[in-house]
Amino acid sequence: MSDVTRIALIGGIYSNYHALVATLDDIARRGADATFFLGDLGAFGPHPDRVPELLIERGIPGIQGNYEESLASGRADCNCGYTDPRDNVYAQISYDYTFEHTNDALKKWMGTLPQSMRLDAGGKRVLLSHGSPRRINEFLWRSTSPDAFLHRLCDEHDADVIVCTHSGLHWHKAIGGGRHAVNAGVIGRPANDGRTNVWYTMLTIDGDVRVEFIPIEYDHATLAREMRAEKLPEEFIETIETGWWTTCLESLPAKERMASRF
Amino acid sequence: MTEHPHVPMLALDTVWFQVAGTICNIACTHCFISCSPKNHSHEMLSLADVETRLAESLRLGVKDYYFTGGEPFMNRDMIAILRATLKQGPATVLTNGMLLRREVCRQLRELIDASEYSLDIRVSLDGFDAASHDAIRGEGVWDRVMIGLRNLAEFDINPVVTVTEAADGVGSEEGRAAFLALIRSFGFAKPRLKVLPLFRIGAETTRTRAYEPWEKLTTLGEDDASVLQCSTSRMITSKGVYVCPILLDYDEARMSDSIEESLRPFPLKFGACHTCWVDGVSCRT
Repeated sequence: MSDVTRIALIGGIYSNYHALVATLDDIARRGADATFFLGDLGAFGPHPDRVPELLIERGIPGIQGNYEESLASGRADCNCGYTDPRDNVYAQISYDYTFEHTNDALKKWMGTLPQSMRLDAGGKRVLLSHGSPRRINEFLWRSTSPDAFLHRLCDEHDADVIVCTHSGLHWHKAIGGGRHAVNAGVIGRPANDGRTNVWYTMLTIDGDVRVEFIPIEYDHATLAREMRAEKLPEEFIETIETGWWTTCLESLPAKERMASRF
Repeated sequence: MTEHPHVPMLALDTVWFQVAGTICNIACTHCFISCSPKNHSHEMLSLADVETRLAESLRLGVKDYYFTGGEPFMNRDMIAILRATLKQGPATVLTNGMLLRREVCRQLRELIDASEYSLDIRVSLDGFDAASHDAIRGEGVWDRVMIGLRNLAEFDINPVVTVTEAADGVGSEEGRAAFLALIRSFGFAKPRLKVLPLFRIGAETTRTRAYEPWEKLTTLGEDDASVLQCSTSRMITSKGVYVCPILLDYDEARMSDSIEESLRPFPLKFGACHTCWVDGVSCRT
């Protein structure tokens, strides 16, 4: 794949198939040499079969998140990596709903997904992983990922560009020596900034590495309506409607929490 | 002789600094290393000490830094130490909250605004009110912590309130909710709470009891190591590098002079190791 220069990266989708459709349309409009998903296809949203069905139908490759690993192996929880009891209560509601509403064939397909992918793009070794190159549920936040640590990850995993998702907030750091760390963000829920849009990432490699975060507006009102019809927690719906996280936010470090409404 | 399982060093992510040694302005009855104004078993670290270790940590690709004591803000270099640390990574300070004067909070705010990395302040509470808190921490401590918390709130610094299980009922859902409401009442709209178990060593052995002989780890499963903080962290004190922030009273827990030499397996032979494993404790936030 050495001729690949523009790579579209789709982070956690959380069953938000309306956002996925809008994202795929946007990628088609802008043009990309390849598109990959980075795992966590299910979570807060409704009708969890729809996202994997669409990805399979479009032939989009990607990797497992902790959700796919858990669903495929019949695990009792999402293994999201939260430590706060309230976060875990909501994570369990979300996982139980997703588990119950994902058909066995799709769970089996999730089990066939790799946990990482390597691309050779424009002379750069790009490594796609869900949480971090070393752990599927590690949260890589910008304010707690120092350069020296990111260099260590690059060294230990033979990569120039490491790409992840999982935490829910997008960021990019050029750490020197031609190396980059990219959190591609998520299209499943807004970026905790009071705006209803979600974000995906376009990586352009042409000798240099350029990272563009692209906001996607989608029909969030319909998503919210469908979530209510499925009796999903009002807290999840509030996030979709307001752009502020209401649950699963205790893992936010101080700096990211400062910018958070709740 | 009993064989103890060894924990491997999986990856050095966290470096702790016993920045105030075992010197504290109070003497809590549950302190696992019996810190007090007179306990000099570990001395304070200087800015130069910390800078040397930061340089070592940078080479090793450390992810985050924690500062404890004793009371870190008794160290006169504390602000300078945090400034140096925040140039290379995120930092967390564990404090009793009594020395968070306005000027200190103003300086902390400056550090927060100047760094791309997170600075977290963790303030210890041991009860819902002055009576229960002071029973453990000493008379008048609650009132001084309240001033410290007010100062933090004034500079919009949202602390993580850390509560040990010495606080009655904090382990229950109702207890947690009550604590969160209490933190909100101090002026923090986004209350953050961490609950820690007690270690039956140091002063705590007198307050309650010591470990029983059976409270020891005999086996360690393949996946268990990653939940133990000693597989991903080390503690720097004036005496060298220790395996973790808890076992500072044990000479056997001192591993080496340099951090690099300390990155090897450690025998989990202490009662406190049992607590860490059974409760899934991490001293990290």
